[in-house]
Amino acid sequence: MFDWLANPNRFNRITEKIQPYILLISGITLISGLYFGLFDSPKDYQQGDAVRIMYVHVPSAWLASFLYFTLAISCVFYLVWKHPLADLISSSIAPIGTLFSALTLVTGSLWGKPMWGTWWVWDARLTSMLVLFFFYLGYILLSNAFERKIDGSKTASVLAIVGLINLPIVKFSVDWWHTLHQPASIIKVGGPSIDDKMLLPLILMIFALSFFSLYIIILNVKTKLIEKKCEALLLKSNLEEISTTG
Amino acid sequence: MNAKYRRLFITIIIILTLGLATKLILMALEDNIVYFYTPNDLIEKFGNTKNIQNKIRIGGLVLESSIKKEGKKTIFMITDRKKEVKVVFKGPLPDLFREGQGIVAEGMFQNNNFIASEVLAKHDENYMPPEVADALKKNNVWKGDSN
Repeated sequence: MFDWLANPNRFNRITEKIQPYILLISGITLISGLYFGLFDSPKDYQQGDAVRIMYVHVPSAWLASFLYFTLAISCVFYLVWKHPLADLISSSIAPIGTLFSALTLVTGSLWGKPMWGTWWVWDARLTSMLVLFFFYLGYILLSNAFERKIDGSKTASVLAIVGLINLPIVKFSVDWWHTLHQPASIIKVGGPSIDDKMLLPLILMIFALSFFSLYIIILNVKTKLIEKKCEALLLKSNLEEISTTG
Repeated sequence: MNAKYRRLFITIIIILTLGLATKLILMALEDNIVYFYTPNDLIEKFGNTKNIQNKIRIGGLVLESSIKKEGKKTIFMITDRKKEVKVVFKGPLPDLFREGQGIVAEGMFQNNNFIASEVLAKHDENYMPPEVADALKKNNVWKGDSN
């Protein structure tokens, strides 16, 4: 079954058809999400307008975690089934996940200064999010650190799988320990503790950034497939040249 | 067993082992990971505040009508609705500081008074527009920390 999915030609054919729709959904939800988030949603009773940072912060944080999960699972497929496409997918996800985890840290810090009174504290949630960011960086650095690409891919994949352990720590840190960071508002026992008018832009933004990530990942994978094809063609023509001149 | 399943098996074993090791490490380091203690935690853990020599953080709610100003000093009580700790703080308070607000204070104990060097506001997980908050208070169904 995985062989069927991992066929690059089939991948190209299927994604060709769905790519425009992904971009469309991402665009519509992004525009409406930003409109509701910035203009047509109430201020918070305590935070005032600073609550609007949440509409970028929370989707970024979710995506940073979710993308890491898909990256690591893809690394498992690469190491166990040795599908080259799985490696392309992991390395296509990595920069986007890095971006979102950085965005989470930066927007959180901007919110923390006026609300908590500090840019940064070493509590469990903030620290584990920083660790997630470092795992992304480590994956990217390690996969480019070897002479042979395949060595880099394998080593980086092992690192990515080890980093899976950090994900539940990020998610549950606010429940397991006393942290300065507030616990979850949306997925919690007894329903969300967030007003519906604030929940709407938040959910729109989560969709927008998810579909945007999906679009960029597909684009990245396609580019890498073409790169590989070019390399193979170049190698072939060089070999032919050597055999005719030699 | 073919090579693929052997590799899958090894991967799963490695994840489980590392996960277990991490869990044990985190459990052992729990005292370093918690960002603050509530006043009740302190008593349970240390017995008496005289036994606490190091810098620590205390978290809880600002007890209603406990805030006093003495010149530059602000004196107030932190409560977890079980135990209270008296806090003395000199310096700028965060905007969200008020009665009933969740806060975290960092500092040291001196003769049963907690001399704070920093006070941070802790925001809870409730998000609502001001009108909703007002309506809740008016109808006495307010469950939040503040006011």
